[in-house]
This record gives sequence, structure tokens and C-alpha cells, in this order.
Amino acid sequence: MQDKKITTGPAGYMPNPAVFMGVELPPEGKALLYGEIVDEEVAMREAAKAMLTRKNPTIFPGPQVLWNWKDDVAEKAQAILELASEIPNCRIIPMPDYRPKYPKIDPEAEINPNHPNLTILHNKIEACIFVGVHCHYANLSLRMIRAGTNCFTIALCAFMGHEEAMASLRDVHADDIRRFKDVLVQVRNELGIEWTPKPPPRNPSLPKEEWEALNPYEYGEYMHLIIPRRGEENVTETE
Amino acid sequence: MGLRYVQPAPGFKEYLPKDYVDLIDFGPFGKEVDVQHLGDFKEILEEHPMCAGCWMAYFVRVFYASLPNPEDTIVLGTAGCARLALSQAAVPFIYGNYGDTNAVASGLTRALKIRFPDKTKDVVVVAGDGGLMDIGFSMTMHSWFRKEKFTTIMVDNEVYGNTGGQESGMSPKGVQLKMAPKGKKFEKIPATELAKQAGCVYVVKLSPTSVKRTAKVIRRAILAARHFGPTFIHAYTSCNIEYSIPTEEVLKDAREREKKDFGFEEYMTDEVREFFEEIEKKKEVKK
Repeated sequence: MQDKKITTGPAGYMPNPAVFMGVELPPEGKALLYGEIVDEEVAMREAAKAMLTRKNPTIFPGPQVLWNWKDDVAEKAQAILELASEIPNCRIIPMPDYRPKYPKIDPEAEINPNHPNLTILHNKIEACIFVGVHCHYANLSLRMIRAGTNCFTIALCAFMGHEEAMASLRDVHADDIRRFKDVLVQVRNELGIEWTPKPPPRNPSLPKEEWEALNPYEYGEYMHLIIPRRGEENVTETE
Repeated sequence: MGLRYVQPAPGFKEYLPKDYVDLIDFGPFGKEVDVQHLGDFKEILEEHPMCAGCWMAYFVRVFYASLPNPEDTIVLGTAGCARLALSQAAVPFIYGNYGDTNAVASGLTRALKIRFPDKTKDVVVVAGDGGLMDIGFSMTMHSWFRKEKFTTIMVDNEVYGNTGGQESGMSPKGVQLKMAPKGKKFEKIPATELAKQAGCVYVVKLSPTSVKRTAKVIRRAILAARHFGPTFIHAYTSCNIEYSIPTEEVLKDAREREKKDFGFEEYMTDEVREFFEEIEKKKEVKK
């Protein structure tokens, strides 16, 4: 790599957009690494190395893979979960939609494209993967992350890729994610990192299942089995 | 847009934040919720940055709970107080440039008809008196002249509340405001009369003091817009800050205005009336 145009930040307030620095999107079959067009394999290896060696690797799935809005989403979602389970101590922090949140987001539970740096800085994330985020919001977030954090950004884009990411793959679908996973496992073995695949921890905002501390209202539609409706009898004994 | 957009991809439900999981499990999507059971289901809008005691925030909450098809609805708004809450809801929201909401909604409605010819998609504009009757006046009127099939809801707080209290065309005559100390010199614009003349098929003026009636009106306006043409709701949503209404007296003020100049008025064309009668007959048969 002769010339690294796009490197990890912080690049400072309002950094030059990557396109102003001469970065072009890669043609089909190629990828971007630090703003240069390279073979996919090269970008995949560098991205894998970042996810394996930098602190708090995290995957940020966007709405296009989080919601089951079309038939091929399920397979892509499964491939992402397989990839996450192969990365040591990886977390999944979702970007479920793009709406502004008041008073502010919970940075441990989600990432918002309007201020992605909050989540990255709060969790001290130094390597992340964007997948399934609509391109215009991915560009916005990736530039903000480069401006204000030292996070290594990887874009697994289903379209043409993202020049603001340090490593960007294009036309990425379920098979390509699995190919990236295989490269990652290979790099992990080369680095001598031992890891048994296991799924990342669930979202910390979800309640832990402490049955004794549950409030009747938390039983949702079954609440009326505990608090009877007017005129109904409560079931106190069972055979 | 569509019920599949609110169902998580396999394996991802446990990675979603709690409020999204609650929306999936207890939200109004794909169900018929009764607005009078607010609090028993997860609402589309819960947190918002509006002022304490804001009557508009209450109206927006009721509005979202009244949507007949929230998973297939797009809401448009413009600069003003309402958009602060509208944009935070779990329904797609488009922020128009000031005044162009009805022009954007016209294009959107037509595009959705072409893109999804077999599906029902609702487009609803919710904007203030400034956005619809002052700065957006021409585009609002022209969308009605063109008989565009979407609903326009004017949340009328009778002032430019976001920018410090300038008078609007909907401010009452004689009222003195912080940035208009000489008092307003002309009457409120007769918005509902204009709507009728311009060709709206269903027009309502109300002070939303009754949750049930407000929800009924919103649902009717959306259903009529699907089939017949433009519909319009003029709702009084006071600005307790600019009009110095104590927070605990906001509802009292709404009731007083209802008696004074915001009495309930409902207008509909004959075909719309027949349409509603048919729907009600079907409901009775179901019962």
C-alpha cells in the first residue's frame, strides 16, 4: 500500500470528503482499502485483521438486514450472525432506523446515523462493520466516525461501496459475507488467536428474565390470567 | 412501508433495543387498536421534545394512535413545532421545505399509486398554520384544486411558536403577541371554508377535547382520502408558551375555545357520507 488516503481518525471537525481527496468507487470485482482500489481478497484480509486485533470489534447492522422486508434478508442476516460468532468478543449494536431520538439514544443499545460517534466513543469501539445501512446514511455516518473517532470502519455494501470507509467491499450479499468469514477465520488462525465460535451477547437494553421480579404488566396479553378482568374469576388452584 | 418492515429478520430480534422489541410485540402494527386504550399498547410515538403542557403534542399522540394502517402510512411535515414530535415516531416521516408539504405529498401519493398499484398506502400531511395557510398557502390550495387524494391536517396554534411568537394568518384578530405587539389587524383565515370551496371531500374543524371523536375524525379523513379526494382537518392545538396558558389549564382553554369559536364542524360530500354509512352498516353486521 503506497498511499493511504483514508486512514483512521480523528481527522478533525469537518474533514475533507474522501471524493475531494481523489477517492473513486471501485469497479465490479474490486474493493477499496484506505481509499485505493485493490483486489477484494486484499481488502478482506486487512478488514479481518482490524476486526481481530483492534479493541471492541462491533458489527452495526442497518435496517436493510435487521427487518425481514424481503425474501433474501433472512439468509444475509444468518450470514452476518455467523460472521459475528467467529470474531472474538464481537458485539452487535443495531441501527434499526434513522429517526432522531429524544432526549438521546442509549449508546450501548443502538447506534444512530445522526451521531454515530456517541456509540463508538462510549463503547470505545476501534473496529466496526457497517452492513445493511442505506448508502446515503452510511456515507454520513462513516465520515462522522472518521472525523471524530479512531475507529477502523469497514463497509459491506450491497451496491457500489463507500469511499469514506477504510475498507469497503461492494456487491456484498450472503455468499460474500460467508467468503469474508472464511478469510477472517484464516487470518485468525494465522495470527494464532484461539476462539470457539459463539453468538455475541444480546442487546443490553432487553430485560433479563428474572421471573420473580416480573411485574404483572410485563406478561402482556397474558396479564389477565394474573389480574382478572371485571366479572372474571381468578384461577387460584390447578389440578 | 408494509408489515414486513416491522418484523425482525430471523435471529436479530434479540439484538434490537427494547423499545423496538416492544413495538414488535405490543405495537399497533397489523392490528386494530382502540385509541381509548392508550397506555395498553406500545405507542408509535412516546418520547418527544415538545414543551410541557403542549396541546399539539397531545394531538400528535392521538393522531398516531388513530392511524387506520400505520405500517402503510407516510407522514409529511414542515418547519414548526409539530415536526419535532412527528419525526420521532416509528412511521416514515418526510420533512418538506417550508410550505411545500402538499406539493411533496401530491407527488408522493401519485408515485405510491404507480409503485404499489395493488396496495393501500396513506399519505398524511401534518403541518402548522404557518406551513399550510401562510407560507404554504398556494401549494396547499393547488393540491386541493387538483383533487389530490391525501389528508391534510392543520395543527393550528395561532402563532409562529418556534421562532418567538410572530403573528400568523390564523392568529385571532386583535391578539398581541411577543413579536407582534401592535395586535393583529385582520380576522383568522377561514381555512375550512376555503377547503370546501377548493374541493375537499371531507372537512372538519375541531378542538380535540374528545379523544374518541378526534380519532374517529382522523380515521374518516384518511379513509375518505383513499377513495374520493383531498380531506382536511383544522385542529386547535394551543401554544401554551406564546399564549401564556398555565400548563394545568390547557385542557380548560381547549374547552373554552370549543364553546367560543372552535365548535365541532364536519362537512362531507354525499358520496363520502354514503361510504361511511356503508362502513358503519358492515360494522353493525359484524357485531
